[in-house]
Parts: sequence; C-alpha cells; structure tokens
Amino acid sequence: MADNSPVTVAAGARAAAKDKPDKPRPKRQQAPLRVRMLRHAWLYVLLVPGVVYFAIFKYAPMYGVTIAFQDYLPFLGFSGSPWVGLKHFETLFTSPDFFRILRNTLLLALLNVIFVFPAPIVVALLLNEIRLSILKRAIQSSIYIPHFLSWTIVAALTYLLFALDVGPITQLMNSLFGARFNFLADPDWFRPLIILQTLWKSTGWGTIIYLAALAGVNPNLYEAARIDGANRWQQMRHITLPAIQSTIVIMAILMSGNLLDTGFEQIYLMTNALNRSVAEVFDTYVYFLGITQGAYSYSTAVGLFKAVVGIILIFGANWLARRFKQNGLF
Amino acid sequence: MRSRKTAQKPTTASRVFDAANIVFLVALAVVTVLPFIYVIAGSLASEAEIASRAFFLWPRDVVTDSYDYIFSTDTFLRSLIVTILVTTVGTVIQVLLTFTMAYPLAKRYLPGRNVILMAVIFTMVFSGGMIPTYLIVRELGLLNTYWALILPLAINPFYLIIVKNFFQELPEELQEAARIDGCTDLGVFWRVVLPLSKPIIATMALFYAVAIWNDFMSPLLYISDTSKWTLQMFVRQMTISSDMANTLGQLDPNYIPPEQGLKFAVIVVATVPILLFYPFLQKHFAKGILLGSVKG
Repeated sequence: MADNSPVTVAAGARAAAKDKPDKPRPKRQQAPLRVRMLRHAWLYVLLVPGVVYFAIFKYAPMYGVTIAFQDYLPFLGFSGSPWVGLKHFETLFTSPDFFRILRNTLLLALLNVIFVFPAPIVVALLLNEIRLSILKRAIQSSIYIPHFLSWTIVAALTYLLFALDVGPITQLMNSLFGARFNFLADPDWFRPLIILQTLWKSTGWGTIIYLAALAGVNPNLYEAARIDGANRWQQMRHITLPAIQSTIVIMAILMSGNLLDTGFEQIYLMTNALNRSVAEVFDTYVYFLGITQGAYSYSTAVGLFKAVVGIILIFGANWLARRFKQNGLF
Repeated sequence: MRSRKTAQKPTTASRVFDAANIVFLVALAVVTVLPFIYVIAGSLASEAEIASRAFFLWPRDVVTDSYDYIFSTDTFLRSLIVTILVTTVGTVIQVLLTFTMAYPLAKRYLPGRNVILMAVIFTMVFSGGMIPTYLIVRELGLLNTYWALILPLAINPFYLIIVKNFFQELPEELQEAARIDGCTDLGVFWRVVLPLSKPIIATMALFYAVAIWNDFMSPLLYISDTSKWTLQMFVRQMTISSDMANTLGQLDPNYIPPEQGLKFAVIVVATVPILLFYPFLQKHFAKGILLGSVKG
C-alpha cells in the first residue's frame, strides 16, 4: 500500500494532533483513512450491535420528541402526524397543574440538595476518622446494603413500617407522642418520607466515592499539620476538605443534571389518592397522561420541557463551578 | 492509613469525639439494617405474633407458613421464574453488548471513534424521554414481551465508559504482540483482552443483574399481561396495593393465608438473591465505581 505518500504523512499528523495519546507511541507512518479503517474492520464489526442499540433506543426517541410539536396519531406515525407548533407547550404553561407540579418537583429537588447531597460527605468524613479498620469495614458493609434493594422493596418496607396503627414505627410514635400518626396518607408526611427513603437507600453507597478521594490524601500532610499544632478540627478544615473539594464539585455538577429526575419509581410507588396533591412531579405526570391516558404529544411536551431545564441546570452548574474556582479558592 | 507514630497524646476533646463518632456510626449502621431484620423475622412469625407484638427482631415461634403458602401459588412461582430468566438472559446480553462496544471505543487510533463517543455521552445528558421511548418499543412490537424488559436497557452509557476506560489501561504491547502472531482484532479481543477482564466483567454483570432484577419501571410501562409479571410487580401488588386475592389468583376458600406474613415473605424472596451476590463482589464493585468516576 502507499505507505510513504505525502497524503499519509499529513493524515498521520492530523490524527496525532487530534488524538493526543497519553504515551508517546513509536513513530510510524499511518496509512490512508480507508486503509486504516479496513485494517480494523473487525473493530467496526464489534461496534455494530452497540451503535444499533443507541440508534434505536436512544436516538430514535430523541427524534420522536418531535411529536411534542404534533398531534400524534399512532396510525400516522412520527412523520405523518399533523404539526401544531407550540400548542402543547401553551396548554402546559397555562394549565393549573403546571405550577403545582413544578413546585412539587422543585421542592423535592431542593430537599435533595439540602439533605441528600451532603449526607454521604458527612458520613465519609466521619468514617474516615475511625481508625479501627474492622469496625470501619463492618459499618461500611451494612450501610451499602440498601443500595441493592429495589424501590419496590423500599416502598414496601415503608408501607409495613409506617402503616396506620399496625406499623411498628407508627405504634412507637403514637405511644411516644400520644397522637395518632397517619404517615402514608398525610400529605405533610410525604416529603419527609421520600427524603428519609432516599437517605436510607443512597447515603452509604454515596460514601464510596468520597472515601476513595480521602484515601488518596497524603498522610505526611497530617503529620506536618500535627507538628505545627493543628487539632483534629483544623486538620479536617485545612487538609481533608480541600482534598475532596474537587470530588464534591464533580458530584454536584453530576447531580444538577438529575435535579428534576425526582425518581419516577420511588415517587410513583409512594403516591396514593390522599397525597397526590403534593406527590405529583413531572415524571409521574408524564406517565399518568401519556401511558394511562394516551395523551402522547402533550406528555412528550412535558417531558421535553423537563429535559431542557435539566440540560440548562447541568451547564449552569458547570459554569458556576468554574467561576467559583477562579474567584475563590485558587 | 495515616501514621500515628509521631502523634502526641490524644486530647480529651479528641477522645470524646472518637467515642461519639463511633456511637453515631454504629447507630447509623444498625438503623440501616434493622428494617431488613424485622422483615426476615416477620416472614418467620405467626400471624398472631405479627398482630400482637409491635417490633421484634426474632419471632417467638419460628413458622414457615408464609413461605409454604407463597411457594405453593402458581402466580408467585411464575413471577419468580420470569424474573430469574429475564435477569440471566438480560445480563448476558447487556455484558456482551457493553464489552463489544467498549473495546473498539478504547482504541485511540480507530477512525470515527470520537464521533461515536460523543454521541454516547450526549445520551447521558439528554434523552427522548418516557413517551417517545415507549412508542418506539411499541412500534417494534415488543409490548408484552420479555424483550421489552431487556433491550431498551441493553447498554448503560455509564458502564460503557467505565469498561472503555478499563480497556484503555490494558497494555497495548500485549495486544500488538498477538496481532503480530497473526491474531485478528476479533481474536485479540476474545483470546487476550477478555480473559484479562474477568474482574470487571464480574462487576458489570453484578451491576446489570441488580438493575434488571430490581427494575420496576419497564414492566410497569411495557407489560400489561399479568401472567408475564416480574417479582417487582408482584411485590408492589401484594404489599402496596394489598391486592392479594387478585395477585395470587383464586385463593382456597377453606384456607386463610397468613396475610401479613405473606407480605414479609415476598419482600424477603425478592431481596435475598441480590444480597447473596453482594459480599462476594464487594471488593470488585468499589474498584469499578472508582474507575468510572475518577477517570470518567
């Protein structure tokens, strides 16, 4: 093959500039694109099933989002249904449901930021202070367990423990406070229960990443700080926290994209006729209208609104983090 | 672990903190595990005891009525078999698709790699959402088939990136040598790369298996035929909707089933298989999470 042609050299240089391999690879002149592709034909064969998967189950639904601007009729399909412009979005924004759902979604997101996000950080910091490694590992193993349970199980446990009158926690609370608690039906208890569930299920697992970051801190730093007379609080404030700060920022950015994903399964399973007014969020609303009522176009519009807000949040958080880093700590 | 050799004598405040810290964390661990122990105890207790004692962690008399009954019903056994089957087949497909796609994507020299990678990462930020995905599944004729529980979840983009990063860390020289010895890329992948990937294959298999076993949304969306229900649907119907008669099929009118105990037993059966895997793979998944998130 034409391995020494000038075209090859240029292509090779371009590829090298674009790919920036970590390790310097042995210098070798690269063949033309077509030849390189043919040489690795098997790699492309390996790619086919995955690419087909993404095309069908990820990108086709993205194209399907166009039905938010149509009056979708199943027998006319994605391309044949009549276009109606922003009709469904106007319906959404003028609907009395909209503010209730937005409020419910945002409130849960806010509670997540306040309670769920910092919990693994705090627990990881506390775990890090335990020096008896058997104890530390035993605690870790126990608090990981709920991560592996499904939301169905978590909801079922909640229903058993908090059942009116017969639930053990309800009985305990009733005898302690003398009042009759009806956790599952009282709208005031919906949000606390949801946050409690999320804390129970995800806190332990969430510590993994922070513990990993903490394990990477150079022990000499602590030694030096001790010699300088730093107490444990000062050590944590000036060594430990700065060490895991970048991990916290990354986790915050990742979380911001999912802020409106209040967790369909969890909310759906905990919703009942009595708490619907505070329980309904975008995801359950989309399910209810789309799947059970067949309002495909309208519920797609609702889903699209949510997805777009999610993207704005993730880029916003990223931008904030950059600004914050520039002005603040470096 | 940090060195304690040069540490001065711990101060009183430091000791108090240590003690409080241990008490708090042990309490946290106990509270985390307690509900589960309660359910196991409840599944082995008699109906009378569940009704009379508020919270107990071991029943006075251990009875297996609940398990005997639940395993004697067709509907429960069927949902258990369906779940095991879908989880097994699904995990094999998911692992296979994830690894075959991750390998080429780990090759920096492969033309077109970046485009596909960007397309994959984009799906982590934006998706078509519930309804368009449902309509695709419907147009493919997958509604009320077990494939609907497997195919839409066939590749998790996060896991794909984790595996891709793992492949990138494998020494290229080894694969180069195999290629010089006459192996095709396919041969290298099968004979050199996959045998080196056993720990991460195990991790991914566990992650996928847990996800598909626990999946409630897919059966809710795609399966309306109750004879094709999975365990999760069954659990929800039994415990949350308390729709026992319909869920279990025709109940024997001469026998009153242990109603509360059944709820406990169903929860245990739906959970224990997952927890059995967990201690064996604990080492691996911590490593897997790390690979994905730190370098992601």
